[in-house]
Amino acid sequence: MSQAPKENPTTPGKKDKHEARRDFLKQSSALMALALTPPLVVKAGENDEAIAGLFEKMPVSMHINGKAYQLSVEPRVTLLDLLREQLALTGTKKGCDHGQCGACTVHVDGQRINSCLTLAVMQEGKKITTIEGLSQGDDLHPVQEAFIKHDGFQCGYCTPGQIMSAVACIREGHAGSPEEIREFMSGNICRCGAYDNIVAAIMDVKQGGHNV
Amino acid sequence: MNQFSYVRPASQQAAIDALTRDSSARFIAGGTNLLDLMKNGVLAPEKLVDINRLPLKNIVLNNNILHIGALALNSEVAAHPLVKTHHPLLSQALLAGASQQLRNMATTGGNMMQRTRCSYFYDITMPCNKRTPGSGCSAIGGMNRMHAIFGDSEQCIAVHPSDMCVALVALDATVLVAGPKGNRRIPFGDFHRLPGTTPDKDNNLGKGELITGIDIPASPFTRNVYYLKVRDRASYAFALVSVAAALDISNNTIRGVRLAMGGVAHKPWRLHEAEKALTGKAPTTENFRIAATVATQSAHPYTHNAFKVPMAQNSIVTALQKAAAV
Repeated sequence: MSQAPKENPTTPGKKDKHEARRDFLKQSSALMALALTPPLVVKAGENDEAIAGLFEKMPVSMHINGKAYQLSVEPRVTLLDLLREQLALTGTKKGCDHGQCGACTVHVDGQRINSCLTLAVMQEGKKITTIEGLSQGDDLHPVQEAFIKHDGFQCGYCTPGQIMSAVACIREGHAGSPEEIREFMSGNICRCGAYDNIVAAIMDVKQGGHNV
Repeated sequence: MNQFSYVRPASQQAAIDALTRDSSARFIAGGTNLLDLMKNGVLAPEKLVDINRLPLKNIVLNNNILHIGALALNSEVAAHPLVKTHHPLLSQALLAGASQQLRNMATTGGNMMQRTRCSYFYDITMPCNKRTPGSGCSAIGGMNRMHAIFGDSEQCIAVHPSDMCVALVALDATVLVAGPKGNRRIPFGDFHRLPGTTPDKDNNLGKGELITGIDIPASPFTRNVYYLKVRDRASYAFALVSVAAALDISNNTIRGVRLAMGGVAHKPWRLHEAEKALTGKAPTTENFRIAATVATQSAHPYTHNAFKVPMAQNSIVTALQKAAAV
């Protein structure tokens, strides 16, 4: 039996102990992030637009899932770690952390990328969409619906990355045939081996003419 | 990842100055290889100079020379109408590399600057002359299935991992470079180096030099081209062997031909002798086989990669057949 991962339940209900634990972790990591944010020590050099020293945090502004954020991050923080550790957007998964699995796929200015291989400070002024930003309120995105309909997952860990990649794959015009989908989804590894169902889900959305 | 400072220069000159001043600084563009290396502890720059905001993204045709800015993304270049029309070999090679997510991050200049994927280079507990000069080569007596069969040295048998560069060396591209001493142009075949006694140097860029773009001259290779990549899985893997083949055929005669290979040497490996063997001949499988034999005469395999010699021969024949549509 496979079940959709419930990272962001849209209907409030009784929380099981795992969800309660996750909420606790999210809250405490958010508090931790606040506590650790030092006063900004950022200077602009004569020839530089932005500069941050070894131990300094740097101001970064970006839109994430339609919401404006003014953040303060260390240069070495990846976009993936910013989303998960500082903003508690844990829908985006850390699989390999080396650009080999695709679990961390998000959209930056509409293009899919591996969020583990870019620095948060490089995303100044960008628009980020994560799996949490895909549905419209209670209405799941057509690709999310199709993954459920076609059983496009087993353990679900790669699923947020698969779905973000699939949405982009269709928007790019790279979902014309099962062969093309397999090629253009090859950056997303599924160790449960749900590939056939993932391809079927994407073909279904593409052929259904949904607005993705 | 170790801590580092970060600057985002407002101009090309400021970027070059930042690298010239500070020997532990590195440019970052897409970051897809650099951040991976930093996470593994292979590299630990003290400063990253983010060049992504510099105006080096343009793809334009001037006097039949296609200019591609150093920051043009691999996905943009692969899909660009000028590239697909004038240099489809480059488009094919780009699409054979990485995944769409990585191609959306990786830049033209960064692709050229990527390091080998030799597993001993990545494993900081093992000797590696490329990572730590003088420490020895673990691959020569170790697991060398993925390694070089051409141009290797007693100090390093690593291969360059790029697909894009194999097409660019075949297309006689030129690398445009800006640096503290001004601008210069490097023929693509002279950009990357063979390992020799300095395997730590992948290319001939000087201190503080920045790739600003590449120029590709007009060529007749707009139709009969093929990029063949042989790898352990159908997609999203580095090449065991790859072949860029381009033919200019008229009246059943090969007027011009370009051949280069990836996955077989420390640099994109142009097959000049095989090209000579084919020029003026008919595009037949028999002639392709002769060229493949010529191309692999200097092959020098190791314990686990001898399979690459027949694989290279067969790949050359197949790529030429596909290019010629025989």
